Amino acid sequence: MTDVESVRGELVEFLERELPAQLGGPPPPTGDYWGGRNPELPHPLSRRYCEVMAARGLTAPTWPKEYGGGGLTKDQARVFTAELRRLGLPVPLVGFGISMIGPTLLQFGTEDQKREHLPKIVRGEIRWAQGYSEPNAGSDLASLAASARFDGDQLILDGQKIWTSYADKADWMFGLFRTDTGGKKQEGITFLLLDMAQPGVEVRPIKLISGASPFCETFFTDARAHTRDIIAGAGNGWTVAKALLGHERTMIGDLFGAGAGAHAPTKGASGNPLAELARAYLGDRDGRIADPILRDRVVQISMEERCFALTTQRSVDTLKAGHKPGPESSIFKIYGTELNQRRNELTISLLGPQCLGWEGEGFEPRELVQTRDWLRSRGNSIEGGTSEVQLNIIAKHVLGLPD
Amino acid sequence: MQLVLTEDQTLLARTAHDFITASPPIARLRKLRDTRDDRGYALDRFTRMAELGWTSIPFSEQDGGLGMGFAEVVLVTEAMGRGLAPEPYVPSIVLAGRAVALGGSAAQKASWLGPAMAGDKILALAHTRRRARFDLTCVPVRAAQQGGGFRLTGQATQVWGGHLADAYVVAARTAGQDGDRDGLTLFLVPAQAPGLASERQHRVDSLNAAQLTFEDVELREADVLGGVGQGHALLTRVVDEATVALAGEMLGGMAEAFDRTLGYLRERRQFGVAIGSFQALKHRAARLYIELELSRSTVMAAARALDAQRADAAQLVSLAKAKLSEAYCLVANEAVQLHGGIGMTDEHDIGFFLKRARACEMTFGDAAYHRDRFATLGGY
Repeated sequence: MTDVESVRGELVEFLERELPAQLGGPPPPTGDYWGGRNPELPHPLSRRYCEVMAARGLTAPTWPKEYGGGGLTKDQARVFTAELRRLGLPVPLVGFGISMIGPTLLQFGTEDQKREHLPKIVRGEIRWAQGYSEPNAGSDLASLAASARFDGDQLILDGQKIWTSYADKADWMFGLFRTDTGGKKQEGITFLLLDMAQPGVEVRPIKLISGASPFCETFFTDARAHTRDIIAGAGNGWTVAKALLGHERTMIGDLFGAGAGAHAPTKGASGNPLAELARAYLGDRDGRIADPILRDRVVQISMEERCFALTTQRSVDTLKAGHKPGPESSIFKIYGTELNQRRNELTISLLGPQCLGWEGEGFEPRELVQTRDWLRSRGNSIEGGTSEVQLNIIAKHVLGLPD
Repeated sequence: MQLVLTEDQTLLARTAHDFITASPPIARLRKLRDTRDDRGYALDRFTRMAELGWTSIPFSEQDGGLGMGFAEVVLVTEAMGRGLAPEPYVPSIVLAGRAVALGGSAAQKASWLGPAMAGDKILALAHTRRRARFDLTCVPVRAAQQGGGFRLTGQATQVWGGHLADAYVVAARTAGQDGDRDGLTLFLVPAQAPGLASERQHRVDSLNAAQLTFEDVELREADVLGGVGQGHALLTRVVDEATVALAGEMLGGMAEAFDRTLGYLRERRQFGVAIGSFQALKHRAARLYIELELSRSTVMAAARALDAQRADAAQLVSLAKAKLSEAYCLVANEAVQLHGGIGMTDEHDIGFFLKRARACEMTFGDAAYHRDRFATLGGY
């Protein structure tokens, strides 16, 4: 534990003294920074903040130092996260580079591939998109048809991807392309990386029921990729794809952990944002939420949040104790997302008719945001593998039920 | 709070599991039921549990115990839950035993605690009366002060493990009325006390219970456990502790019912294939599995919170009991349904879990009771 505590000293020294000096101003209080060639800045100093942290490897704390990471152990990285939270500092860089393709390259990439791509991810220079689903390959992902034909040391790409998150803002894509149509459908899939800034790649955002457009359609017409950017060899993409989906499930499960209600009002007497929202909209009788039925629903969701938080903690504690990840981790994606949906539905119930605003007068900003959040949450059990697919995975791989 | 088993705990869990499942446990319960066995459990098995040290787990070394905690107790009860073991571990050790340990005088401990740990004496807690549901201020007995002593009248029902117990911890009202926390007093009463009659009750889950009738039972000041009028805090504490122990039992029961159901889904063939290959059934099984994993986390957390005397311990106890009440009943209902026709029969063992699930739910507060308590403790 001494190495953990010694790291804390160094990190605190850096975060409290060096960081403000190098930033030349107070650090950005909140806002996700995704990086990229033309980054969006949630705060004027977001980019600089990312660069200063990246110089210490702290945008990817557990990655090896030779690829620009922080070289920290998981325990040490937890200290870093705790110190960030204590100081009210945001995570310096988010995105699919850090959460998905980076870990996948560390697992499957060649030395050249790691040296080429990981440092750029760490520094937030390249923003990544995920090219997996197609109009006719959703839950049945292995039936994908977008093709890649070899042409010397290049590949020629044709076809369409869909649900490519933030593809309109991304610089590079990791994607699945069919290089062979014979044999089993899982065979002949190749995992490759490509630069999206080229004439053969066209991106169109998709408007969702919430009004937002986090997803896109991406069209390939004689687009080009390099054979050096094939990961784990041609035809071996399905194995890489499944491993990456594991990283994605973990990320989504983390995202919807307990207390993820981003737009909850400030905590009140109970320290429970849902309960305080209920008190604000329904009133209070003798210290209790006045409506007994909605109060019971608040308790139910609060209890589910606690159950989920305890289960994620149990999973972390199991790993920390040196055991293999337990089967309980298979439930995080489905339970986390469905809990988020139930939380949003309850919040809508608490707002009552005030939940019906779309824009304009008569509705508070936080009510309008909540309505959009509720609509957005309907996608949670679809994106990243539907709940039905998650149940199939649990039934097959954890419970051992027959095909 | 570390939600992971230590090596010692893993070993204890394995030993307890092997002990309970060494001989077919449900067949044993069935036999006790069908022969209308006088005792309703096996005394030699209970004394064997004492020899293994399990009855000494939650007591301090000063009191002759092992000085361990509820993180260990729930491993024993989880194993018991897997086998629906009817031995009076929770009533005699966790409920009444802990009440004596926390509130008893040196003389009371000497007379009852050591023998209870050894399995030589059986204790039980009498704190419920008919139709009072789960309110711990609605106690079954009234104790009138007279001279230097007390005179107890009233009737306690469904005293768990109360059949053939040697002494009872009795929750009585010495002042005030239902709803008042003040004015409750616990007494330690030998079963032979004049005016005390015990009658066996037969419950749906085939576990032991008794109805106790107090007709002018005369007790002395020395029979009081803890302070006069101060019984509510002590009662609440031992019931919270026993609730966690019971939640451990419920976890074991639901895990066993689930495992048996999975086995059936793999074996049973219809339409030429194992019925576990049907997606409608796979998805139901996977949903039950999620409930099982969440439940395990709450039991581990509540037990450790009690051991560490955390400020949120009572809330975590209610979280665990609410979760397990719903999850065990759900798993048991689904287990019967997924077994199909054979699941409805008395001949098949799965129905025993359905009955025990409901009995556990109705002990120490159901899910609705604990949701209300969770919110009240949380300040809303």
